Amino acid sequence: MSPARKPIRRGAAVAKKPAKKAGRKAPPATSARRAQLKVVPAAVAAHSAPPIKDVEGLMAYAYALEAEASERYNEFADVMETHNNREVAELFRKLARIENIHAEHILEEMGWTSPPPPPAGGWRWESVEGPETADFTDLHYLMQPYHALQIALHNEKRAEAFFRDLVQRAPSGKVRTAAKEMAAEEAEHVQLVEEWLKRTPEPESDWAHDPDPPRWSD
Amino acid sequence: MTTPVKAQAAVTPQAFKSDYKPVWCPGCGDFSVLSSITKAFALLALQPENIAIVSGIGCSSRIPAYTTCYGFHGVHGRALPAATGLKLARPELTVVAAGGDGDGYSIGGNHFLHACRRNVDMTYVVMDNHVYGMTKGQPSPTTEPDWDSKLSPGGTGMRAFNPLVIALAAGANFIARGFAGDPNTTATLIAEAISAPGFSFVEVLSPCVTFRPEQREWKQMVRPAPVQSTDDPGRAARRLMTDDGMNVGVLYKGSRAAYRTAIAKAQRRPAELEEEFKI
Amino acid sequence: MASGETHGAGRPDAGGPGQGELRNSVSVAIAGSGGAGVMTAGNMLLEAAAQAGYYALMTRSSGPQIRGGEAAAMIRIATHPIDGTDDRYDLLIALDWMNINRFAAEIPLGPQSVLAGDPDQGEPPEVFVKTGARYTPVPFKAAAKKIPNGWPNMIAFGLVGALVGLAEDALVKTVQKSMKKGGDALAGSLAAVRAGIEAAAGISGVPRIGSPPPQSPRWLVTGNQAAGYGAIRGGVRFVAAYPITPATELLEWMAPALKKVGGALVQAEDELASINMILGASYGGVPALTATSGPGLSLMIESIGLGITAEVPIVIVDVMRVGPSTGIATKSEQSDVNIALYGMHGDAPHVVVAPNSVADCLMTTQWAVHLAETLQVPAIVLADQFFGQARAVVERPADVAFAGERRTATAGDEGYQRYALTESGVSPMAIPGTPGITYTADGLEHNERGTPSSQAADHIAQLEKRARKLALLDCGSHWADVEGEGDVAVITFGSCTGPVREAFARAAADGVRARLVSLRLLAPAQPARLAAALEGVRRVLVVEQNHTGQLYRFLRAEYDLPGEVSSFRRPGPLPMRPDEIHRQLIEWSRA
Repeated sequence: MSPARKPIRRGAAVAKKPAKKAGRKAPPATSARRAQLKVVPAAVAAHSAPPIKDVEGLMAYAYALEAEASERYNEFADVMETHNNREVAELFRKLARIENIHAEHILEEMGWTSPPPPPAGGWRWESVEGPETADFTDLHYLMQPYHALQIALHNEKRAEAFFRDLVQRAPSGKVRTAAKEMAAEEAEHVQLVEEWLKRTPEPESDWAHDPDPPRWSD
Repeated sequence: MTTPVKAQAAVTPQAFKSDYKPVWCPGCGDFSVLSSITKAFALLALQPENIAIVSGIGCSSRIPAYTTCYGFHGVHGRALPAATGLKLARPELTVVAAGGDGDGYSIGGNHFLHACRRNVDMTYVVMDNHVYGMTKGQPSPTTEPDWDSKLSPGGTGMRAFNPLVIALAAGANFIARGFAGDPNTTATLIAEAISAPGFSFVEVLSPCVTFRPEQREWKQMVRPAPVQSTDDPGRAARRLMTDDGMNVGVLYKGSRAAYRTAIAKAQRRPAELEEEFKI
Repeated sequence: MASGETHGAGRPDAGGPGQGELRNSVSVAIAGSGGAGVMTAGNMLLEAAAQAGYYALMTRSSGPQIRGGEAAAMIRIATHPIDGTDDRYDLLIALDWMNINRFAAEIPLGPQSVLAGDPDQGEPPEVFVKTGARYTPVPFKAAAKKIPNGWPNMIAFGLVGALVGLAEDALVKTVQKSMKKGGDALAGSLAAVRAGIEAAAGISGVPRIGSPPPQSPRWLVTGNQAAGYGAIRGGVRFVAAYPITPATELLEWMAPALKKVGGALVQAEDELASINMILGASYGGVPALTATSGPGLSLMIESIGLGITAEVPIVIVDVMRVGPSTGIATKSEQSDVNIALYGMHGDAPHVVVAPNSVADCLMTTQWAVHLAETLQVPAIVLADQFFGQARAVVERPADVAFAGERRTATAGDEGYQRYALTESGVSPMAIPGTPGITYTADGLEHNERGTPSSQAADHIAQLEKRARKLALLDCGSHWADVEGEGDVAVITFGSCTGPVREAFARAAADGVRARLVSLRLLAPAQPARLAAALEGVRRVLVVEQNHTGQLYRFLRAEYDLPGEVSSFRRPGPLPMRPDEIHRQLIEWSRA
């Protein structure tokens, strides 16, 4: 029941808490059955890879990936601002700006005057959202820049993997070349974030400590 | 919360988010559900002024003001009747009721049953985290019987409520389960729910990072429902009764006609009604 | 209006058999078990009285059984408009006596009263006999058996009609109207009515009603129907409600009526739902109403507070019955004053109005819709069971212009603020569907935009805004009915008004003058208006039908009343009778 439960799973800073009571309203027979189920992250089971036919299509997805990431970082910045975590808010804002620059760059490179429209039914990602889009549940009100950068690192790595995968599945040489370039760019971003992380102090082990209990509201 | 919106503006999900920022805990699943709802509106190319979001009280019930739609943030447990009255009075509006498991299944439980029965053409999104968050972590109707808390030490000893089975038995026309960690799928579920006639019920598993941090594991536990949606309530009942609460997707889609549009066209002037009193 | 002056003990019978003395008001009761058809007979008597050009009022009483139980129809016929029952009944007719003794308190008899009953069904109960009323046996059942398709209640109808002096023509027309199919059933009923008229010749001592007053446009209506019609006249087009005695008839009348005028009624799963449904509908821009009684009002209270804070206009008709808890569902009591005025938590200014006659249910409910819509506030109509369920011949109420006049906001109003701190306290309401001015209506305290706020300044400013709307209300002359002269005044409301008026008329005959203030607007209080109405008064009597003096306490809290102030109160279920107030007035004038 401690509010200071550490939330950031992907980073090294936080150990995963076992799901002591993750079971839910299931009668015993069903619980037993679930125990036999292979636990598959929803991301893999739920979605399939985007259908990319040409370079234009690839770059549309590349644009969406960056734009979605930027939007999410901005939302993260808003959340952190609301919760008085200015430092991390600024960092997320910065990450949002960087992703936006990447997106703008793609528009420029492709000579597009406006963002490519999403296909009918929306963008299709292999994971639940774009590979560079961070997950809302990874936030914590006391998180530190180190945690934020770990989220960014994870996302850049996922983006790199996304394009590497496309290199394998490219329907043409042109697409393969473009995907390779994009993968290299993302690898560069990975490197940049890693260096940034090196310059960022690691949090103390009690970073999530809060002597006060949660507050009552409505 | 007033949020001027240009009617002709392109309907992006962002256009449905207000400049009033959520007070939810960082990490809360409700952020994603808010995104899903706004994405659903954009998918359906709706205009904010033609949508009303009606809620009760609780963390998730704060949602109306976070949008640029018309909102009604009422009293605890009464979102569904307020939404019903609004939809019957203004059938041309898109009406979405939203809230949490305590609001909808406990204090508002009776309305849940009758909203399913009545089958008014609206959508009910429940952000279920199996806990009362705003009052600091008491067990809700969907909480496991042995979940320990200050108010119910050692657990409530009460069997958890199965909202989907109850919705089906009570007559809801569309039943789906979403997961906050998968906002795009949830968006399509909500969009389909809004498009479906009659009362559509979308239960979204939405983790509470503050009082139920173990719910982070839901990310590994949810899966797309292994079977296609059915319009056979018997099959749906069997599935829902045996499901472990982690199957995501449209689980039942019926064909029951929505509650008749209430407001009739005027045929007589009010003054004509007094004829029957005349001696 | 001095109806009671011919009443009193020891008056000699004026007429011979079938020719009772002439009165300007006659009260009769028809009683019997389920199946006897006493309500049908009572309603037909009411209609016949209307047909013959009289005013009349019928109330009902019945046992707790849904079917088959004892029942009584109590009818008063008068040559002038009436809004209450008389002190005593001139005639009680019983088709049988099964448990009819239970109505003894409700059907008070005296030595001048006449009892008529079927001797084959037993003797009249002691409780009636000891009043000194004279008993005449009438073999209703045996007589009806001799007439093909004849029924005892039709004989009773003919008998009562003839005894009180209604023209045979009016009785026959009423039967024809109620049995439009004609045929053997009609023939049988007409024969039974004639048999009743013939039987009347053998009964003496029942007073007869005087000549009918000049003709005027009149209605035969219940208070509940009048309230429903008033709501529609005021603009209500959405009703959600849960069935509850004695408000259900209001809803049953409104359901088909709303359909005709382009509205709808929804039966909700409970009162929590009905109040929230009307809040939702009104938020959507459609004037909305619910009707209930004390238990339902108790459940609605939290959400009425929401309507106050979120400034959503709604109308709640509370047809008061005996409380607390389930109390006595079918009987009247004015004991919801406290909850209507003070039920809400927090500082919650709202409107409370109370109709004071069957006919006034129309105007007051229509006014309530107008006030709610204009001020964007919940309005409670405190009606009572007495005239909610009473069916009466009344003067056609005058048309009033009150209608919902809600201030709405215009599309695209830049910088629109739903809860703007306007001078009047009323701020334009954005109606869903209007672009550019979306907002969230909130029960949380909020700032002018509607954003939730816990700031002291916002709370105070919004409290004052909501109070200002009511403080600035100009209620004109509708706040009360003020009548009469003198240095003694009676303040009352609702269904006590009729009996108080009658008491005043009798007191006037005794040379005692008094002022009447029948309050229609309970909240917001109108201290300046009441002070003006009571100028020069040295004594005030507050008359109400409850046990603790709820109106009296409210008046003491909100008003400076002049001189000596007393409370005259009595709980339900028995209606207030003119005599008890008359006696109080005379006692006072001597003190």
